[in-house]
Amino acid sequence: MNFFVSFGSYLLLLKSTLGKPPSGKYFRRQLVDELSLIGLNSLGIVLIISVFMGAVLVIQAGYNLQNPLIPRFTIGNGVRESLILEFSPTIVSLILAGKIGSSISSQIGSMRVTEQIDALDIMGINSASFIIFPKIVAALFSFPFLITISMVTGMLGGYSAAVIWDIVSATDFILGLHLYFYPFEIIYALIKTIIFAFLIVTISAYHGYYVKGGALAVGKSSTKAVVYSSIAILTANVLITKLILI
Amino acid sequence: MIEARSINKSFENKDVLKNINIIFERGKINQIIGQSGSGKTVLIKCLVGLFEVTSGDVIYDNRNFTRMSMKERKLLRQEIGMVFQGGALFDSMTVMDNVMFPLRMFSKGTKKEMQERADFCLDRVGLNDAGNLLPDEISGGMQKRVSIARAIALNPKYLFCDEPNSGLDPKTGVKIDDLIEEITLEFGITTVVNTHDMNSVIQHGDNINFIFEGTLEWQGNKKDFLDSGNERLNNFIYSTELLKRVKP
Repeated sequence: MNFFVSFGSYLLLLKSTLGKPPSGKYFRRQLVDELSLIGLNSLGIVLIISVFMGAVLVIQAGYNLQNPLIPRFTIGNGVRESLILEFSPTIVSLILAGKIGSSISSQIGSMRVTEQIDALDIMGINSASFIIFPKIVAALFSFPFLITISMVTGMLGGYSAAVIWDIVSATDFILGLHLYFYPFEIIYALIKTIIFAFLIVTISAYHGYYVKGGALAVGKSSTKAVVYSSIAILTANVLITKLILI
Repeated sequence: MIEARSINKSFENKDVLKNINIIFERGKINQIIGQSGSGKTVLIKCLVGLFEVTSGDVIYDNRNFTRMSMKERKLLRQEIGMVFQGGALFDSMTVMDNVMFPLRMFSKGTKKEMQERADFCLDRVGLNDAGNLLPDEISGGMQKRVSIARAIALNPKYLFCDEPNSGLDPKTGVKIDDLIEEITLEFGITTVVNTHDMNSVIQHGDNINFIFEGTLEWQGNKKDFLDSGNERLNNFIYSTELLKRVKP
């Protein structure tokens, strides 16, 4: 029962957020701030995770594919497929759900408990749209860039590991990256990414917007935001994969 | 003038406000007093529409706020200023940007006119030097004053203050009360103040409404406040040792 009540509130918040976008004066300024917070500030962690993810994938693939009948370029091929189809869009989105989701939820939650949201409502401003809409737009723009960068960096990390530890030759690795490449896989990954971005921002914003209480409640809402965003990402991942790939 | 007509408010079958009828007059300090948990904050939130009333009407100068569409409410809210208990300043904006915010959102004036208005409001609350500071760089009393400056930026007809001097030392509390009274008289605003500060009530209570357990227990003004003959009100007034000692 609680789930349906919460889901209903979530949909109402979405309606209110997307119903009428806020006026241009503040929207542009907020969008720039949010692009910086969501996009630029996440670049570092995305780069670090992706490099190590790519390197580990190469090491594990090298360890598992020692049969002389399996060509060595398969390692590069497997790394590319893993990164594009799953690791970059899903794992990086899960990491971002932790970083961005908790930040959004605690920021909006703090605004709620310090009555800043009430102050906006009193002024006759649609607080949901004013606060949440720029975050959604910023995430929808930033995430595809971050995930694309993650794919490239992951492959560079894999290449470095392959060459440094002599797991596979540079030529074989690059050949593997090029073989049987379907550009549609990138589109599939970016579609997933955009949906994950929307889920992370809206679910986190929902938990912050309806927080009741004080600092403790803000902390709890932040944790809930990360947990529910992660569950939503994993569920959506299965559904999107089934719908698009099979 | 604001009129609360037969207001009832319940939360999950618990009646918080019961048949409240109050007229808040223009150009006066209309106070809502009562113990914590008596329903004063719920009443003020019902008056401004942050809570929907369960039944009853809120009338702003013959305009029924309760029955208005969201669009109509938004327009009316531009005539309302509110000073929140904690100030509710936007912490990512400077003091000047906080005061400019309602002007930028709703004023049709030029940039220069808006700046002049914001300067006037900050000057009016004695903070013309604090424009570039962030809310967390100023004291609680200053935050309240910025909140008042922001609330009057659009020349509101109605001003709501939720415990404006709570958390402040007595001297600063008096300053805030005096400021609210000056602004009310100067601009002819209908001011509703939610307080449990006895000094504020004795000094500024033109129209005092005592709420007890969700009902309107007593109405009067600062002249008849101390000898009302109402036992519940007297228990509330003389609950502190200081006031017990000076009780006539």
